[in-house]
Amino acid sequence: MSGVRVLVGTKKGAFILTSDGKRDKWEVSGPLFGGWEVYHVKGSPVDPNRIFASQSTGWFGQLIQRSDDGGTTWQPAGNQFNYDGVPGTHQWYDGTPHPWEFARVWHLEPSLTNPDDVLAGVEDAALFQSTDGGENWRELSGLRTHSTGSSWQPGAGGMCLHTILVSPENPQRIYVAISSAGAFRTDDGGESWRPINHGLHSEGLPDEDAEVGHCVHRIALHPSRPDVLFMQKHWDVMRSDDAGDSWVEVSGNLPSDFGFAIDVHAHEPETIYVVPILSDSQHYPPEGKLRVYRSRQGGNEWEPLTKGLPQSNCYVDVLRDAMAVDSLDSCGVYFGTTGGQVYVSADSGDNWEPIVSDLPAVLSVEVQTLA
Amino acid sequence: MIRVVLPAHLKTLAHVQGEVELEVTGALTQTSVIDALEAKYPVLYGTIRDPATQKRRPFIRFYACEEDLSHEAPDAPLPEAVASRTEPFFVIGAMAGG
Repeated sequence: MSGVRVLVGTKKGAFILTSDGKRDKWEVSGPLFGGWEVYHVKGSPVDPNRIFASQSTGWFGQLIQRSDDGGTTWQPAGNQFNYDGVPGTHQWYDGTPHPWEFARVWHLEPSLTNPDDVLAGVEDAALFQSTDGGENWRELSGLRTHSTGSSWQPGAGGMCLHTILVSPENPQRIYVAISSAGAFRTDDGGESWRPINHGLHSEGLPDEDAEVGHCVHRIALHPSRPDVLFMQKHWDVMRSDDAGDSWVEVSGNLPSDFGFAIDVHAHEPETIYVVPILSDSQHYPPEGKLRVYRSRQGGNEWEPLTKGLPQSNCYVDVLRDAMAVDSLDSCGVYFGTTGGQVYVSADSGDNWEPIVSDLPAVLSVEVQTLA
Repeated sequence: MIRVVLPAHLKTLAHVQGEVELEVTGALTQTSVIDALEAKYPVLYGTIRDPATQKRRPFIRFYACEEDLSHEAPDAPLPEAVASRTEPFFVIGAMAGG
């Protein structure tokens, strides 16, 4: 019988939540890597038993863990993330040049075709690639050495490369997003990159529609239409129908267009989800009501989804990598909160229930749909 | 052989309990001890020293013989009591809380 495996990264370890296709009874295992920050855990689409995890702390640095048995056992993989050549500088908060310094891996993106291939998005912003299951890492330095790189500046959370999307139609096409440099695209497998931020407007910038400098929080796509992108920017929900060449705002009737997470329904490419957050200084939902908003028109017209979610006194956040969908016939939608809850809807968002309620702050949620 | 005490998280990573016994060749220094530690337990590579700079991580300290040796030169000789196994070499994770 089909089922799901939900991979949860938290501030104090990782957890694995499993269920059958009904998604009403759950088995919880963890914490894995207890006490460590686990920014991201993601499985290979080719071999679901292969899972990668990013494990780090301010004390002991970065490790990469790999499981080859669906998360039952783990082995440390390689943790040498050396920038290619002399890394140079980017802008610091005060505008002075600051050397590129590796801090941690924010996001791991296993290949769509080869279980040994995986990309890693890191802070300070750069993209690394492994072709041997995470043992060795090589920087795809064309991104960091882009002519605008020296002007990139960190956001409050650090200068992180947090989003990696590989086109299922053309693996040479990769999208990434960096806070707070913006979105970039390569069409040659990572050798050369160009900013794709035309149409973004950010009031915090001296030039509101600058080529780079936008605080992109997350981008999502549907695998059947990899040139249609949906973006949750710091403020504004955006859409591109031309692989990021241009963007239009689709925030529409959202109660707040600030937020972090955004995702696309597994079977309906025009159905998208966001979780509005009040503001950049008030990282909690408007009115203390935890509401997922769904648009079935690819934006602009949004409906609140509230059944089973707290509608009073709720002041948690939902971070950028903390929403995911499964691909069962009735699409499951999942998200985790900084209050340690992981919610599931087994019916595309109509009804929600908590899987767990008291984990450490959730940093990421990914779902594997198992045959 | 010398004795090394690791912080709890590094013991977990290395799958060890109690003190670690290490064979160190050549001069006994912070550098040679950590080199030997990483050679015996590859999972610890990069957890004590930054892989890029080889500098001690900011929240790691080195103690021995009731002294904080963290700011000694990495290649300075360690106390004779460590070499003779009378005292262990401590790798400490800085305390934090709140």
